Amino acid sequence: MSAPATPLAPPRRRPARLRTPRRPAAGPRRRRRSLPLTLLTGLVLLYALVPLVWLFVNATKTQAGLFDSFGLWFDGDFALFSNIADTFTYDDGVFTRWLLNTLLYVGVGAGGATFLAILGGYALAKFDFAGKRAVFAVVIGAVAVPSTALAVPTFLMFSKMGLTNTPWAVILPSLISPFGLYLMWVFASEAIPGELLEAARIDGSGEIRTFFRIGLPLLAPGIVTVLLFTMVATWNNYFLPLIMIKDPDWYPLTLGLNAWNAQAATAGGEAIFHLVITGSLLTILPLIAAFLLLQRYWQSGLAAGSVKE
Amino acid sequence: MATVSAPLRAARRRRSWTGWGFIGPFMAVFALVFLAPIGYSVYLSLFRDQLIGGNHYVGLANYRQALQDAQFWESLTRVSLFLLIQVPIMLFLALLVALALDSGRLYGRDFFRIAIFLPYAVPAVVATLMWGFMYGTRFGLVGNINDAFGISLPDPLSPDLVLAAIGNIVTWEFVGYNMLIFYSALRVIPHSMYEAAEIDGAGQLRVITAIKLPAIRGALVIATIFSIIGTFQLFNEPAILQNLAPNAITTDYTPNILTYSLSFSGQQHNYAATVAIIMGLLTMVVAYVVQLRGMRKDA
Amino acid sequence: MSTRVRPLARGLGLACALALAVTACGGSDDGGSGGGSPDDVQAALEQGGKITVWAWEPTLESVVADFEEKYPNVQVDLVNAGTANDQYTALQNAISAGSGVPDVAQIEYYALGQFAIADSIADLSSMGASDLEGTFSPGPWNSVHAGGEGIYGLPMDSGPMALFYNKTVFDEYGVEVPTTWDEYVTAARELHEADPDVYIGADIGDAGFTTSMIWQAGGHPYTVDGTSVGIDFTDEGSTRFAETWQQLVSEGLLSDVAGWTDAWYQGLADGTIATLPTGAWMPANFESGVPGAAGDWRVAPLPQWEEGGHASAENGGSSLAIPEASGNKELAYAFIEYADAGEGVQTRLAEGAFPATTADLSSEEFLNTEFDYFGGQQANQIFAESAQNVVEGWSYLPYQVYANSIFNDTVGQAYVSDTTLAEGLADWQQKSRDYGQEQGFTLTD
Repeated sequence: MSAPATPLAPPRRRPARLRTPRRPAAGPRRRRRSLPLTLLTGLVLLYALVPLVWLFVNATKTQAGLFDSFGLWFDGDFALFSNIADTFTYDDGVFTRWLLNTLLYVGVGAGGATFLAILGGYALAKFDFAGKRAVFAVVIGAVAVPSTALAVPTFLMFSKMGLTNTPWAVILPSLISPFGLYLMWVFASEAIPGELLEAARIDGSGEIRTFFRIGLPLLAPGIVTVLLFTMVATWNNYFLPLIMIKDPDWYPLTLGLNAWNAQAATAGGEAIFHLVITGSLLTILPLIAAFLLLQRYWQSGLAAGSVKE
Repeated sequence: MATVSAPLRAARRRRSWTGWGFIGPFMAVFALVFLAPIGYSVYLSLFRDQLIGGNHYVGLANYRQALQDAQFWESLTRVSLFLLIQVPIMLFLALLVALALDSGRLYGRDFFRIAIFLPYAVPAVVATLMWGFMYGTRFGLVGNINDAFGISLPDPLSPDLVLAAIGNIVTWEFVGYNMLIFYSALRVIPHSMYEAAEIDGAGQLRVITAIKLPAIRGALVIATIFSIIGTFQLFNEPAILQNLAPNAITTDYTPNILTYSLSFSGQQHNYAATVAIIMGLLTMVVAYVVQLRGMRKDA
Repeated sequence: MSTRVRPLARGLGLACALALAVTACGGSDDGGSGGGSPDDVQAALEQGGKITVWAWEPTLESVVADFEEKYPNVQVDLVNAGTANDQYTALQNAISAGSGVPDVAQIEYYALGQFAIADSIADLSSMGASDLEGTFSPGPWNSVHAGGEGIYGLPMDSGPMALFYNKTVFDEYGVEVPTTWDEYVTAARELHEADPDVYIGADIGDAGFTTSMIWQAGGHPYTVDGTSVGIDFTDEGSTRFAETWQQLVSEGLLSDVAGWTDAWYQGLADGTIATLPTGAWMPANFESGVPGAAGDWRVAPLPQWEEGGHASAENGGSSLAIPEASGNKELAYAFIEYADAGEGVQTRLAEGAFPATTADLSSEEFLNTEFDYFGGQQANQIFAESAQNVVEGWSYLPYQVYANSIFNDTVGQAYVSDTTLAEGLADWQQKSRDYGQEQGFTLTD
């Protein structure tokens, strides 16, 4: 399943209660904490974490240790650091190259997607223009078409433009985040009072200046949220680069890991399952770190731009 | 299909082209990477290109063929089954956790929230490779459990169970994400509504059914629509598991895998484009119906 | 390697794309120009230039380095554009798009026909390939003709089949190493009975393996004559295979671990998978993927369908071919001749590749090589003999890539359900015929 694409429901009438100050603590009133409820929710927590623990534990094992030891516990020798070193040095350090590529795609792709979503969301929320009603319907409709089948037409087009096998072939499609557009639309509707914009216009501020001086700062929490979601989407992008990029020098991490995994199946190829596992761990760490560090921002952004009615 | 009801301040807005200046960049890229390929696919779907005999116009023949194609219907039936079973389980689980978090009765609420959300940050490729390793009945976790307890769990990748195995991966990936959507919606329910309930002496369960669930109906509908689109486009997880279970995951396992193998193994780009367009239309219709039903009591 | 970033949107390209008329705008491979003469090839080599090679074969890296050293004017850009099907997809896409097509592509023998019939790859006869008659062993040389007159690639390696077996396991249970497939079935029963964890082999249905087995059994399920194609899996060879193998499947004597996965490698290492009938390129994979079992494994001739027979078949192996759309076919040819029939061969052999050249297959040095991994066995003697005994007259379909992709949908079901192999093969036959018909081939009975 690809990352969820887009809500069909655009923001409707904004109820006045949206402006109600958020409750500082959840729940209608302070309640006694419940151990049984915590334990029950703990089961879901376990479900979420066990595979991650498995990944970490197995990243500490050698190729041989992978098969000989219990999956959820450590093997005799702790090989995490040598695995990490091997991951980064295998095949002349191609992993580093993939990591840098991914950072490039994420930086330009997710950054650009966020910027376009901000502009678009701002336009939908604060301007009335011809065709506005159609915009979102068209965006949603397009997202419903399976991307695997669009791959070949897109490839043929990009090929004509000389874009295949270049970073642009990955970056350009990543620039579109329908979910980001939606979030920014809802968020801008709420966070930017129309009066402020009117006041700026009366003062003679141009539209672009008004946007950067007044709109953008107010949108900050929403921007972080959208940025994180577009980052996840770009970081996890697999199918598109698979079609577009044929030169391993331009692979993102996901493609590279899959290539490593497939390598065991070719004549003369070397089986490196332990590096696949360690590489997987290294691939998800930056995203997890970003989520943890930016928690405060994205949660408030999501709550404000929340998909609420 | 989106109905945009005019916000309060709409009257004061100037109807102009300025808005296009802001949304223009988005739409330009969108036209290039979405609309043009879709248009091209529609065009392709009217032709048939043969290894021998070349390319010729066939009108709607591809559409007629697709609608009578047993493989297509089989794949559609499979994802529909997935939709009817996996999606409710995932959303229900997400809702339960969100309600638990919102109840204020959990120890370590913030830890729960972030930890359950974490799998969303794992790329589908990595998640599937990882679960694929764990599903192994010989060296995977399933094998470990069998050895440790001297039992013999069924092979998750056998034809009978593989759909459930995929469902588990998808649930794992997205339960936290949906939980967060529900939780965020719960958080912005105004305090005053709870106070009213308190005066009425309503119990926890009553508060949930009478206040919380109606208040987050929008979020529920949107999460459902996300999931429908995602399910109809199911591809990465079965495609990667196919290496481990090629007999169980056939080349027509999901509509998206079918279009992929038509297009890439069979060089039938035209027919693949046709199937894709039909799936796109179908997804839109189903999503639209869900939206209409979900929002009906809204007025 | 190529790190150029092209300007974002080229006006012309964009216009073409939006006009949705791809064939009208470019896609202009200078169709069917063939190639020059051997003199032109020599001239191209002296003039120098740059070519792009798409291949996943690891030993080519050294070959390219040597080649560039020998011809300093030539620059070879070696790109791993994916393995097997992934690369064919990429190649097909590039050919459809008319740009980004490499000058040389690695193509497995079974897939050559698909590119040859569409005239996507060049006939190399005039450039000097026709002079190479006799240079390569018969199986691969037959394969690069792709069922026609032309020569569509030069054989890079080959996979004459042999039986790899875990001697330690056979010794431990006192089971004889089988010389016929009937004995193989018996050995499978004995091993599995002695230890229920031990299987004679791992097979969950593999198109390449199955077609090779039928090939060895003397079957000719595919008959190809230009654009007319016959498919018949009821001939004697196919039936023979299906009946014998059905016993292994029905009695649960085959491990259901998918090939080339971590569990499979582990099974080869820990003795639970006791044999592996496959191509002669396998030793390198044993050494890198199953290092723990060094010394346990040996090589034996492929079991026979007739007692005392010597029949063999090819399994796997690939060629280097030149796409029609290449801008420098002469230089490309110079490279593949160097890699496949010239000095490159020695470089590749030194790194563990298995040759397709008769001179190497019969050289003393090659035949006397002792494999430490196989307990000092001179395994090449078995492989070389197998290469000599490949059954003649085999042909693949001109759309074998597609046919193989639906193998597990059809024949594969016999491994997981009550369907028999014979029924699975019949289903495969029907679906392959349907596809051929749809693609405009004439199907004969």
